Amino acid sequence: MTGPKQIGAHDRNAVPNGKTALGKVRGLGSARHGGRLWIRERISSAALLLLGTWFIVSMLLLPDYRQATVLEWLASPFAFVPMALFVYLNFEHSLEGLKVITDDYQGDEGGRLTWHLVSLFLHVGAGALALYALVRIVFGAAS
Amino acid sequence: MARNTARPLSPHLTVWKWGPHMVTSILHRATGIALSVAGLALLTWWLLALAGSGSAYADFSAAASHPLGIFVLIGLSWSFFQHTLSGVRHLIMDIGAGLEIKTNKKMAYATWAGAAVLTVALWGYLLLVRA
Repeated sequence: MTGPKQIGAHDRNAVPNGKTALGKVRGLGSARHGGRLWIRERISSAALLLLGTWFIVSMLLLPDYRQATVLEWLASPFAFVPMALFVYLNFEHSLEGLKVITDDYQGDEGGRLTWHLVSLFLHVGAGALALYALVRIVFGAAS
Repeated sequence: MARNTARPLSPHLTVWKWGPHMVTSILHRATGIALSVAGLALLTWWLLALAGSGSAYADFSAAASHPLGIFVLIGLSWSFFQHTLSGVRHLIMDIGAGLEIKTNKKMAYATWAGAAVLTVALWGYLLLVRA
């Protein structure tokens, strides 16, 4: 009886031509998961349209930019909460936008992976620092 | 190079006539990068300085009110306005509207005009009225 070559349980992804299932489809097109990033980028942009406007207007409404004045303003929940969201969404939107630009211009797979990782680490690191500063401000630990 | 000059070459960026939509598209990316790198660095520095000692905040204030610092802040605020208005244009195009050439060009020009007006208004107020 001639049938397909017996494939053992240890290599169930192996295909007759010697390539794995992944090797066969690699580079052939979209994984159909990109829609999620596309939509998230638009949601964060809509939120930043509101929060960015709020930020500019708030800066203009501050009587001066001395440390004490700004700290007093930020201590209010109606300044702290939008500011925390503004900071978080800025970092998220920046990460999403730079990922799209990297994907467009960096053709090399290894280069893309490197840029994505470097960008992710920098965004998470700086974003965490900024949020730490905000928490310190609102809990009055400023010296 | 070993290119057969008798064969046609695929058109690429350099052979297109620049239009307002192309400029707006590339400006959207350039301002996005500027806001990501310089904008987020400044935002983080500002918050850390606020949370820190008086001298940390004095350092930030000195840098921000230095002519070079003001130049950077003007550039970043223009980037913000240009990117935001261009972003609204993208959201309009994403729902399938404004894709006719004439409307599209008008919206592209509108983002330039809007960003310029808002930047001049903001800094006119900050530097001339308030200062």
